[in-house]
Amino acid sequence: MSGNIKLLGDTLAAAKAEGRSALIAYLPAGFPTVDGGIAAVKAAFDGGADVVEVGLPHSDPVLDGPVIQTADDIALRGGVKIADVFRTVREAHAATGKPVLVMTYWNPIDRYGVERFTAELAEAGGAGCILPDLPVQESALWREHAAKHDLATVFVVAPSSKDARLATITAAGSGFVYAASLMGVTGTRASVGAQAQTLVERTRATTDLPVCVGLGVSDAAQAAEVAGFADGVIVGSAFVQRMLDADDEAAGLAAVRTLAGELARGVRGSA
Amino acid sequence: MPSEYFIPDPEGRTPSAEGYFGAFGGKFIPEALVAAVDEVAVEFDKAKADPEFARELDDLLVNYTGRPSALTEVPRFAEHAGGARVFLKREDLNHTGSHKINNVLGQALLTKRMGKTRVIAETGAGQHGVATATACALFGLECTIYMGEIDTERQALNVARMRMLGAEVIAVKSGSRTLKDAINEAFRDWVANVDHTHYLFGTVAGPHPFPAMVRDFHRVIGVEARRQILERAGRLPDAAIACVGGGSNAIGLFHAFIPDADVRLVGCEPAGHGVETGEHAATLTAGEPGILHGSRSYVLQDEEGQITEPYSISAGLDYPGIGPEHAFLKDSGRGEYRAVTDDAAMQALRLLSRTEGIIPAIESAHALAGALEVGKELGKDGLIIVNLSGRGDKDMDTAARYFNLYDTGADATVAADAAGETAEIEGDAK
Repeated sequence: MSGNIKLLGDTLAAAKAEGRSALIAYLPAGFPTVDGGIAAVKAAFDGGADVVEVGLPHSDPVLDGPVIQTADDIALRGGVKIADVFRTVREAHAATGKPVLVMTYWNPIDRYGVERFTAELAEAGGAGCILPDLPVQESALWREHAAKHDLATVFVVAPSSKDARLATITAAGSGFVYAASLMGVTGTRASVGAQAQTLVERTRATTDLPVCVGLGVSDAAQAAEVAGFADGVIVGSAFVQRMLDADDEAAGLAAVRTLAGELARGVRGSA
Repeated sequence: MPSEYFIPDPEGRTPSAEGYFGAFGGKFIPEALVAAVDEVAVEFDKAKADPEFARELDDLLVNYTGRPSALTEVPRFAEHAGGARVFLKREDLNHTGSHKINNVLGQALLTKRMGKTRVIAETGAGQHGVATATACALFGLECTIYMGEIDTERQALNVARMRMLGAEVIAVKSGSRTLKDAINEAFRDWVANVDHTHYLFGTVAGPHPFPAMVRDFHRVIGVEARRQILERAGRLPDAAIACVGGGSNAIGLFHAFIPDADVRLVGCEPAGHGVETGEHAATLTAGEPGILHGSRSYVLQDEEGQITEPYSISAGLDYPGIGPEHAFLKDSGRGEYRAVTDDAAMQALRLLSRTEGIIPAIESAHALAGALEVGKELGKDGLIIVNLSGRGDKDMDTAARYFNLYDTGADATVAADAAGETAEIEGDAK
């Protein structure tokens, strides 16, 4: 079975055709439980997310702030496995028909085996992978197998990326480009850095791929601001924080749905 | 005039341009850090080609650190090592009490050349943190040290030293609350503050160029030791022995001996309560290839690539990774690595203290325990150099608890131990 890179492309193109940015939500698998995590992904779609990235929890999430570290800890202590991540992708995609990606640090894939991981992710209906600590120069093997299985390879670019390097990265990537809005780890911020817009413009100069902005976006007003210059708005920690703050799982799911709804209005310029 | 103490690897034995030692190394870092890591590599290459850098570093290594460090023969200790001759490379006598200062001064000079004003570092035992805080005081740099919460407790003396030197010490409460987690937190800081901050990495792990650069700043250990042993013993040693956590003191000692095929390079990993118990940090003995903290090497991990929590009585060795050049030395067969338990290390710590009047760091005591074994393997004609990477002052609380030295009856215990040991020494010597 092939992966859903085309569905991802079509979804982002459809948002563009509507004259708006896409809303991309991030939720870790296995948090608060595997079934709870699957329900959370469905709730995000239900509220209006166009795409969901499912996080593969890691023991050493060096690019994540305290909120996602906490969620990863809970998921790992609950015994989440890579098979559970694939089940999350499969059930969320099957229930909604929407594109679901996996976001993961590189070592779990390296250990699991690139061939096996890409085959199983495609089989589960996944659309691709975001690999924040796999630099482009180390990515040849991954890209070969991802292409074979119709999975997108989403690279991250940062405000510190030089122009020549941006061109190298975007030439190797597929699906979309993840532009980090600021220099830092995941987490909500009071404002989205001004450098985000500059980075999007510099990235666009190198590629026709959609450019989506993540890191620090947490509410509808910020989503509307970013939607003014990016093809997609990525929100993660704010969802996880709402789930952590909720009294029980049902309240957490309702909060995810509500936030997705607010953000979906934000990306449509009606915050 | 060529530098006497800054002796980077001669052309030809450095890693590949991508930072690989065979299958190990590389640069697995987030995009946000690529520009900064590349800048470090460029600045280090420029520094290697600049006689002024070597002159400045040489001056510091001689007049501030106190290089060259002594090579001390330890005959009373050696009686327990099968009668082989044992020499200690005394990195414990460097300013700040360990080998760590060699690398720190080099990188602190680079920090100034890059125009950065703030330094961050991780520390396990606190020796790298103390050395970094020292260099920052010397050069007027802002300094933040990340240290696992467990380590701030077992190495409280070093926390006080760092603060006395003006550094901010942040106790890291995530994960296993030891060295691995301190590095995670330092990386998070670096990503956010990279425009004005240098991450003064303390070991031969991490992304390229750190494994090669940190090694080059420590190469002086082996270059000096090789010259000193030829003068003192008239020949090369049969074995060069060092403890390995991340592997910086070991690579520093080993590197100059790599071309000497008859010199065994022996790394001693922390076996904790025993490799078979699962409570250890013996990465090369029990780990598998994987990626941690920016490079491919051996890693303690489960079947899904989650890093497992290491354990060692020694905070400086309590790490689930290892520098990529050690992984290469192991796989190529040039290096040999063995695991030493907490108990064996602590016995060796006490033995060196009692027989030679030198209290080693618990880290270095792992190498001493390895030397006791290797000496017995070599016999009376054997000749060994052990890297005494640090002094044991920081470990007195751990050692006092281990040997019950705080008890009211401690004097009697010590006397009994001493009597028992004399018998043991005589027994061994026969």
